[in-house]
Amino acid sequence: MYRTHVLVCGGTGCTSSGSEKIIDALKVELEKNGLTDEVAIVKTGCHGLCALGPIMIVYPEACFYSMVKEEDIPEIVSEHFLKGRVVTRLLYKETVTEEGIRSLNDTDFYKKQTRIALRNCGVINPEEIDEYIGTRGYEALGKVLTEMTPDEVIQTILDSGLRGRGGAGFPTGLKWKFASGNRGNVQKYVCCNADEGDPGAFMDRSVLEGDPHVVLEAMAIAGYAIGASQGYIYVRAEYPIAVDRLNIAIAQAREYGLLGKDIFGTGFDFDIELRLGAGAFVCGEETALMTSIEGNRGEPRPRPPFPAVKGLFEQPTILNNVETYANIPQIILNGVDWFRSMGTEKSKGTKVFALGGKVNNTGLVEIPMGTTLRTVIEEIGGGIPNGKKFKAAQTGGPSGGCIPAEHFDVPIDYDNLIAIGSMMGSGGLIVMDEDNCMVDIAKFFLEFTVDESCGKCTPCRIGTKRMYEILDKITKGNGTLEDIDKLEELCYYIKENALCGLGQTAPNPVLSTLRYFKDEYIAHVVDKKCPAGVCKELLQYKIDPAKCKGCTLCARVCPAGAISGTVKEAHVIDPNKCVKCGACMEKCRFGAISKE
Amino acid sequence: MKSLAELKAIRERMQGKVDMRHDNENNIRVVVGMATCGIASGARPVLKALSDAVQEKELTNVTVKQTGCIGLCKFEPIVEVMEPGKEKVTYVKMTAEKALEVVEQHLMRGQVVTDYTLGDIKL
Repeated sequence: MYRTHVLVCGGTGCTSSGSEKIIDALKVELEKNGLTDEVAIVKTGCHGLCALGPIMIVYPEACFYSMVKEEDIPEIVSEHFLKGRVVTRLLYKETVTEEGIRSLNDTDFYKKQTRIALRNCGVINPEEIDEYIGTRGYEALGKVLTEMTPDEVIQTILDSGLRGRGGAGFPTGLKWKFASGNRGNVQKYVCCNADEGDPGAFMDRSVLEGDPHVVLEAMAIAGYAIGASQGYIYVRAEYPIAVDRLNIAIAQAREYGLLGKDIFGTGFDFDIELRLGAGAFVCGEETALMTSIEGNRGEPRPRPPFPAVKGLFEQPTILNNVETYANIPQIILNGVDWFRSMGTEKSKGTKVFALGGKVNNTGLVEIPMGTTLRTVIEEIGGGIPNGKKFKAAQTGGPSGGCIPAEHFDVPIDYDNLIAIGSMMGSGGLIVMDEDNCMVDIAKFFLEFTVDESCGKCTPCRIGTKRMYEILDKITKGNGTLEDIDKLEELCYYIKENALCGLGQTAPNPVLSTLRYFKDEYIAHVVDKKCPAGVCKELLQYKIDPAKCKGCTLCARVCPAGAISGTVKEAHVIDPNKCVKCGACMEKCRFGAISKE
Repeated sequence: MKSLAELKAIRERMQGKVDMRHDNENNIRVVVGMATCGIASGARPVLKALSDAVQEKELTNVTVKQTGCIGLCKFEPIVEVMEPGKEKVTYVKMTAEKALEVVEQHLMRGQVVTDYTLGDIKL
């Protein structure tokens, strides 16, 4: 028994900011102070506040130390763990008030969150199956195997209103129902999509790293519901920590008999294997994913037949996303009414978002469906840095779109996001301020889809390339108004004709920016100006002769030798030589240089 | 593992431990003085005994914490029990054995062990 638990975040974010070193230093210091029997070090998954990593939380005091450095460890151990004096200077500022330390749950970042999928992330050691069991782990599996029929399980998931968290929002229970026929006579499969590929999205990784057993348990429940005995988790090879922890979790579950033959003595067999993806975005598309598990090149195939009829190895298969699975055991244990009490009419429960871009608290947040964008960005996210103005939020990655400021108060759920031209997607939420050029953003996502198109169907392979070329032309100041029309026409053509979801949704970033920010496109084409000052070809740096003191600093830092002038006299920039790097503007002490 | 009973056994064994990682402000707080004076007079085994007993007996409504010098150095090790809505009880000159008595009598049954409290001790 330990009197103090030190939770150190071992998620990818904190690991890259040095949490491993902190754990090593802690071990040394605890040893030195003879505290190894009294203080437990627990390496957990992600806490969500990645911007403040490495993160360390100490219980029972619930002290939240942020940005901990190796050098701080001796002080923390001798002052806090030994003498009980909290090291206030390292506490997360939000938790320090005049009256003392405030609970983490009362901080702006956490108080509006409801953690269901992330409930164990940052709380348990993901490499210890006992800790998962200690938080009611595998109890839901026990309950369905001993108290419920497979049809009852499916009905429960249907009634809960749970929809797929991977992007499209298809009702999970319905998916299971379609695959449930002919139990016992047909080989079926349960697959987990952990090929999280949207730029900026990392919620699936965090669940796998912080609570891998929940996915195993939910897949076994799904196996029982549809009558499958084999599961596959398709996970990106670029998630090495997640892969390691999944392997550990599977081995522990097998050892405990929670995977394998005759689980809980009920005669139900279920086992899970991992399959690593090699980094192709299209493999997150369900048919391509299954083709890849089969050992073939990851290319999509037309639907129907849907996977529930003919999926992996041509057998009935269900495929759900990591976050979807993370909700299942909680629904079984706490009931349908509990789950339905959260969210909006057609979107129940919570959704995890990866907050990124121009926002103070970048990290992982789980909010009830129906929370507004304003709450997420201003309250939980802590607003936009440097007092800049909010311009748009991008959701849904390369398949989604931009939500402008006018929709700041729309409750976030599947249907509302579609209605305003974006989509839920896997939950990446990138915040953009007035310094972001919307044409450039559209170009960024198109470049991504061009790279990731598998090339099987023509609309996607060639169409996205042509779209990218038009966008490139516009950002270089060579576009025409006809180009914008042509671009829009191409969007609709690709949407209707591409083979799989990747191509069908690829035009979304362009369509949504055209819908809300057409003025920016027109400014690029007609005025040959980039209002946000991002597109280099359309920029011009100028020196205001009235403000220039002739200090020569700008001329000395210019890498292209484009600035000329004599000492104590106004300088000039030669636009033909200028490479628009902005170095002169950054250095000028008199504010004489401006871009337009 | 072949039965739900075995799963339940693991859960019960682990629950006391994992429950420590939740922040509950309405809990009974048991605070041990762990400044130099407290440590020198033997507060560490007291803290350890309290913490272990609370976890073993799964007293999820109790949080055992440390604090600095309470100011009555000659009475260390000092243990204070703060229950929401009740007056604070201060135990002085504690040992691990006395601490266990406090857990059994005070924390589990609600009876203050007056033999060890500040007001009643023979100085």
